[in-house]
Amino acid sequence: MLLEVEDLHVEFRTRDGVARVLNGVSYHVSAGETLAVLGESGSGKSVTAQTVMGILDTPPAFVTRGSVRFHGEELLTASAERRRAVRAEGVAMIFQDALSALNPVFTVGFQIEEQLRLRRGLSRAQARARAVELLDLVRIPAARQRVREYPHQFSGGMRQRAMIAMALALDPEVLIADEPTTALDVTVQAQIMDLLAEIQRERRMGLVLITHDLGVVAEVADRIVVMYAGRIVEQADAVSLFRAPGHPYTAALMRSLPRLDQKGAALETIRGLPPSLLRIPSGCPFHPRCPRAQNVCVTRVPPDVPLGPGRTSACHFAEGVLGG
Amino acid sequence: MGRYVLRRLLQMVPVFVGTTFLIYALVWAVPGDPFEGKCGERDCPASYVSMMRERFNLDDPLLLQYWKYLVNLVQGDFGVTSSGVQVIDRIAATFPVTLRLALVALLVEAVIGITAGVVSGLRGQGFLDSLVLVSTLFLISIPVFVTGYVVQLVFGLQLGWIAPTVTTPTFGNLIVPGFVLASLSMAYVARLSRASIAENRRADYVRTALAKGLPTRRIVGVHLLRNSLIPVITFLGTDLGAFLGGAIVTEGIFNVPGVGGLVFRSILTKDGAMVTGVVTVLVLVYLLMTLLVDLLYAVLDPRIRYD
Repeated sequence: MLLEVEDLHVEFRTRDGVARVLNGVSYHVSAGETLAVLGESGSGKSVTAQTVMGILDTPPAFVTRGSVRFHGEELLTASAERRRAVRAEGVAMIFQDALSALNPVFTVGFQIEEQLRLRRGLSRAQARARAVELLDLVRIPAARQRVREYPHQFSGGMRQRAMIAMALALDPEVLIADEPTTALDVTVQAQIMDLLAEIQRERRMGLVLITHDLGVVAEVADRIVVMYAGRIVEQADAVSLFRAPGHPYTAALMRSLPRLDQKGAALETIRGLPPSLLRIPSGCPFHPRCPRAQNVCVTRVPPDVPLGPGRTSACHFAEGVLGG
Repeated sequence: MGRYVLRRLLQMVPVFVGTTFLIYALVWAVPGDPFEGKCGERDCPASYVSMMRERFNLDDPLLLQYWKYLVNLVQGDFGVTSSGVQVIDRIAATFPVTLRLALVALLVEAVIGITAGVVSGLRGQGFLDSLVLVSTLFLISIPVFVTGYVVQLVFGLQLGWIAPTVTTPTFGNLIVPGFVLASLSMAYVARLSRASIAENRRADYVRTALAKGLPTRRIVGVHLLRNSLIPVITFLGTDLGAFLGGAIVTEGIFNVPGVGGLVFRSILTKDGAMVTGVVTVLVLVYLLMTLLVDLLYAVLDPRIRYD
């Protein structure tokens, strides 16, 4: 297994109390596979990714339990030096807002080249040549000129491409893309997703795609994990999840998608708000918003109910949900 | 860029004319006879006064006086003082001293201020941070003449580590006056760098640099510092401009023969030609420094373009 996350618990110790941001998250991704991590803002998608990368701000964030393994090697207890070595070479990450994620005072080329010079020992000229190749690879036109430009001289889509090029510089085996298309307009979103999917196929990378966009997921994901309040509430392969959701939350997300056959009708929403992580509801955290909630949902945390090969749902009534 | 510089240089012309006119008018408008006391205990002889009034064009209307002064000035003639010394010679003798003192002060301010600010900004709340905050507040609160006299008294007279006054203005002898002159700005630089580092420390691009697996010293030394020091460096630039204007108090305490002391004495002796000449030079220096800082800003931050 390329990358495994197991039973990850992370809490943020803030002045207002302890926020339990992750409460036992497990997922894995293998070479050539695209795993989509789906969930609302605050569900813990990005925190999981940052824990994997080891770039959480501690304090306030503390990993209290769990395991992150890369090729079976435990990373959470690894030395700082070893963790640094895995970053970008083993697991690379691209971020949502490329404008703020790129350093404004250095050229795009410099930011790609510095890793190559520092970690691969390339000369300035070699690194520059490689940076141009990488910008070509992500289809930035006139790469030879643009390598000398600054991030603010790039358009939104081009900036995200440059960030992808930067993440690919050291040929990582896993790429974590944290909402890579959220800040872009729709046509550009599609181009970036196509590019990511193509690169992933060619390099047989593991791709962890963090998103709240079901449409994006449907097109590229092999498997999907759905997160809610720092837990994984459902995991399944993409085809069966879209055919029949196995958790009321997933079902509600799907109902809230705009549909062509209901043009003009009001969009369905999920009632209520995501819970405060300082006070996660007892039992199943989704129960205050769940149309199927019973007494047992308030008192008992639902176990992961198996619903077929590689498919689980953390709902007391999982089979019923799956049946419709 | 070239057009911007040209425009800025042209803008300097009205500023230059305005400030020199103001200072010229003010100097000669000060009540009292400018030649009183120039001849010891006695009144000056009428022949002397009329010669002086003739030499400084004091019988012409003010605008005409100023015009004549300006025409000479543009030709590089700063005039002579009432005692017949060339103004430009006195400036040439004192300005290098002030320049030396200013450079020492700038170095002190930059090295200590930035180091203290960066360290406390990186560490966050804790002993070091509190130490920097309290000591800078202390420095900001006490006036320079107090710092100056206390330093002179303690280190110069009681401990005897330094000469209490500067006899020859070498760089070495100017270190202590430089410290005193820089003390206030040093506190501001420390606080400015501290705030800037603390603000940028959690920036997204720092997180990206971390995710790229760069070593901490490179993330801090290259990515974080380069962004955080932009406001600090522009502050230092304008401060250098202010230092070059001479430090009347510091120079006075340590007896440094710089521009500040020259201006101060010239005002006391109502030496109009000298005051106007020195201030004119200082206006020019300050205008050029400001332009330099603005240009430097564009070099440091590529997002800023002048066109």
